Amino acid sequence: MSNKHLVSIGDFTKEEILKIMELASFFEQNKSERLLQGKVIASLFFEPSTRTRLSFETAINRLGGRVIGFSDSGNTSVSKGETLHDTIKMVSGYADMIVMRHPVEGAARYASEVSMVPVVNAGDGSNQHPSQTLLDLYSIIKTQGTLQDRHIMMVGDLKYGRTVHSLIHAMSHFGVKFTFVAPEELSLPDEYKMYLKENSVEFTETTDFMEQINECDIIYMTRVQRERFSDLMEYERVKNTYILRSQMLKDTKDNLKILHPLPRVNEIDKDVDDSPKAYYFEQAANGVYARMAIITYLLGVK
Amino acid sequence: MKNLEVNAIENGIVIDHIPANALFKVMRILSLENITNRITFGTNLPSSRMGTKAIIKVSNMSLDKANLDKIAIFAPNAYVSHIQNYKVVAKHKIEVPDNFEGSIMCANPMCVTNKEVVRTKFQIINKVDLAFRSFYCEKITMLDNFEIREG
Ligand SMILES: [Zn+2]
Repeated sequence: MSNKHLVSIGDFTKEEILKIMELASFFEQNKSERLLQGKVIASLFFEPSTRTRLSFETAINRLGGRVIGFSDSGNTSVSKGETLHDTIKMVSGYADMIVMRHPVEGAARYASEVSMVPVVNAGDGSNQHPSQTLLDLYSIIKTQGTLQDRHIMMVGDLKYGRTVHSLIHAMSHFGVKFTFVAPEELSLPDEYKMYLKENSVEFTETTDFMEQINECDIIYMTRVQRERFSDLMEYERVKNTYILRSQMLKDTKDNLKILHPLPRVNEIDKDVDDSPKAYYFEQAANGVYARMAIITYLLGVK
Repeated sequence: MKNLEVNAIENGIVIDHIPANALFKVMRILSLENITNRITFGTNLPSSRMGTKAIIKVSNMSLDKANLDKIAIFAPNAYVSHIQNYKVVAKHKIEVPDNFEGSIMCANPMCVTNKEVVRTKFQIINKVDLAFRSFYCEKITMLDNFEIREG
């Protein structure tokens, strides 16, 4: 079985990432290409995620494919104790591709070993969510004209944020420079810093949001969640430090765009929404094109 | 030859230069608890190189690559000698492999290998300090957290 899967962003080479960018752009121009006519895609959401599921299912529908599956595992054979192995074996006999979200980390990798058809990971616990990373990349290339030599500032929870970790990996192909802005308790784990050093990627770490805000091309915001703190005093002390407000943008670069994987809570003030530099809602819309690209690429129909 | 403080064997294997505190872990990961071969072992033996060490001798046994890899997890500097007619016919320095399957648990409780019947698989990302990256959940298990998995 030589099926191509997308479980981790590391499964795609630099060339494949660029191919996905090209396809996403094509689908943005051509929103209804019936390339999946006659195909059935399984959408297996073992835990609910309305946002991701609707994005994938919109992508499949726009491509003319049909969707089977479930939006959470209550009331299915899974809730009756069926193993992941058996669910995947069965469904891969019905469908041409499996898109799956699962709370257990590594579930999608395991499914890719069991499945007879390609598997797309739509999130496995705190581990990977590669389609989010590809839509982030598509948002960067669309707004910057290139992925090459960008200065990206990442703000907030850099310790647990899986979208942050995957984006670091993916952007390392492209001569990037990073500024990491986080409270000490949520700073980037050593593992990723080691990875950046090994790959000669330039980065700085700071707790000061304003330090490099006027030099960067992208601000990637994430949520600072109360439950991530072991010390609630520390949370109270920093919670307002990592909120982006419109007056902070006044001397930033013209090409600056603000990204956020959504949903946001209060880390981006509402007054930023009207700024031409706010891009998070368009970013979400880009998800459909990125997912159309991923599906057609893995099925070899485009 | 120096007195090894443990009797010589006619045929079988000698695992030497095991850290003194790793004796029982090596015995366990090789499932030596469940075999009927004659086993002699000693620990807290003086070692010029390590201070103290442990040694295991098992009669009428040989070790394949998979088992040598298992020893590497707890005794990365061990030597294994194969003995025939009281003579050493082969001596291997243990080498830490690039990849490792089974035998130890992933330290991440949310990993699929701890939730479903799935054999663990690791990539060894640091051979000196022994850091293992789970092939499934991609989290790292360090030497201090190694727990032997039955079966
Ligand atoms: Zn694991």
